[in-house]
Amino acid sequence: MAFEDQRTTVYKIVNPEHPGSETLPTLRTEELLLNMGPQHPSTHGVLKVILELEGERLVKSTPVMGYLHRGVEKLAEDGTYHQFIPHTDRLDYVCAMYNNFAYCRAVEKLLNLQVPERAEYLRTIVAEVQRIIGHQFWLSAQALDIGAMTVFFYCFRDREILLDWFDELCGARLTTSWYRIGGVERDLTPTLIDKLKQFLDYFPPKIDEYQVFLERNRIWLGRTKGVAVISAEDAVNFGLSGPVLRGSGVDYDLRKYEPYSAYPKCEFSVPVGKNGDTYDRYWIRVMELYESVKIIRQCLEQMQEGPIMADVPSVTLPPKERVFTNLEAMIQQFKLFSQGFDAPPGEIYCGTEAHKGELGFYIVSTGGGKPYRLKIRAPSFVHMGAFDHMARGYMISDACTIFGTYDVVMGECDR
Amino acid sequence: MHTLLQRIQQTFSVGVTGLTEWRGDVAVTVSRDKLHEVAQFLRNDPGMDFDYIVHVSSVDWPDDEERFEVVWEFYSIRKRHRIRLKTRVPESDCVADSLTDLWKGADFMEREVFDMMGIRFRNHPDLRRILMPDDYTEGYPLRKDFPLRGKGWRDTFDFLDEVPR
Repeated sequence: MAFEDQRTTVYKIVNPEHPGSETLPTLRTEELLLNMGPQHPSTHGVLKVILELEGERLVKSTPVMGYLHRGVEKLAEDGTYHQFIPHTDRLDYVCAMYNNFAYCRAVEKLLNLQVPERAEYLRTIVAEVQRIIGHQFWLSAQALDIGAMTVFFYCFRDREILLDWFDELCGARLTTSWYRIGGVERDLTPTLIDKLKQFLDYFPPKIDEYQVFLERNRIWLGRTKGVAVISAEDAVNFGLSGPVLRGSGVDYDLRKYEPYSAYPKCEFSVPVGKNGDTYDRYWIRVMELYESVKIIRQCLEQMQEGPIMADVPSVTLPPKERVFTNLEAMIQQFKLFSQGFDAPPGEIYCGTEAHKGELGFYIVSTGGGKPYRLKIRAPSFVHMGAFDHMARGYMISDACTIFGTYDVVMGECDR
Repeated sequence: MHTLLQRIQQTFSVGVTGLTEWRGDVAVTVSRDKLHEVAQFLRNDPGMDFDYIVHVSSVDWPDDEERFEVVWEFYSIRKRHRIRLKTRVPESDCVADSLTDLWKGADFMEREVFDMMGIRFRNHPDLRRILMPDDYTEGYPLRKDFPLRGKGWRDTFDFLDEVPR
């Protein structure tokens, strides 16, 4: 026979009671290699996974990444700290604001820069709006992967409101670049605040609506409950973070563990799952939508008037109005963008709780205007490391569910 | 000095070459042969209890005798503290011990360091390129001698002055 492959197992059925049974054809099982992706729609970008199958069960899966590798870490070494902000938008292009936030926080830690209080509130508000967008996007994509299409339309309808709000805030829907080192680019106008308040009243009933679609859907429950289970110990050992880790019952959330920005001044809870399956991770994300609404409400109430940018002329950008009217401000702007500011030599790591998990920046500086080395700790990349462990023994169709449950965005994974 | 650093200094009389604390970040530099031992201590000692791996990274210092610096960052979810573990490897023998046996998450992260900086990890279960193609032979992109703006191929292109009709 031609099947000399090591993966082939041949079962010869011989029954002693039936003479001549040894001449019957043999039953042959064979491990099958299946390439899923890179063009598969449920891989959220361009990810290939080589699945080793036995029947329809996954025996081993090997993610093949790098189709979207653009060398962002290398590019960072070529530009000033300010010039890297737009690059961070393109990491996790679904949630640009949170990448900006994480990066600016890391540089501020390097510079030991204090951000004014109003700017902290603004940052928190916009970051939570971004979290809502991220979770809506995740929910719609996950439901679509599993075959529930309606949720997709409902989520995108509401997501559109917030994207328009971003458009009005900074002129871009997705690649926002609104955060600046030392503050934010511009303040919320009264119209924007009104619109956001309207949305906060409008949104919670809509979350209930999403839940009704899914939680009473037997197919959805069957395909999420008990699928891709990971124990708390393993999840921690793999370095998983965000809802994927919290689904396993570990309440690791940097907003609580290492409070930053305006989060310590807000009251909110961190939902934690029990079973560590896909359903628990879904439930956590939905509950976080309610928490985000709560945080934004509190921030809008507590926020006082004040400056939105730290006043450290050697580092922070001057207000745009002054650049056009004042010579010194113009020189300051020009110098900051052509040479950058002089960062102290040293190295820092700063992690921020993005909606996918811990998004961290490790910056090594040797002084001067450019980072010497910048490493991005992308949650999607770390999560892909646990794919094989979590997918083992499930069906091919569950592979789509597992990509989805991580909320991978390949722009961030491959960088 | 930070209590974590004191503990490490007391436990390891040799092999620990640097203890720093800057901007609240605690970092330990160890010699290469002590790396796995110190990592095991960080993982298993009840006072340390670093159960969570944050990232693995590498820095290239071309002028130094031991050119590459490999960086692991750990967090303790129970104790809520962070530490950075660093070691140096020379270019002629850029091998460091893999910590995949202690933290499974180190698998992909160390593969990325290998891919980007060319540092090999001893006892790593599956050390292959991860982001660059498997058959990529042009070196390691994040090394400082890898050109940042292309390799000058474009300058060698022939351009026709005039399109022949």
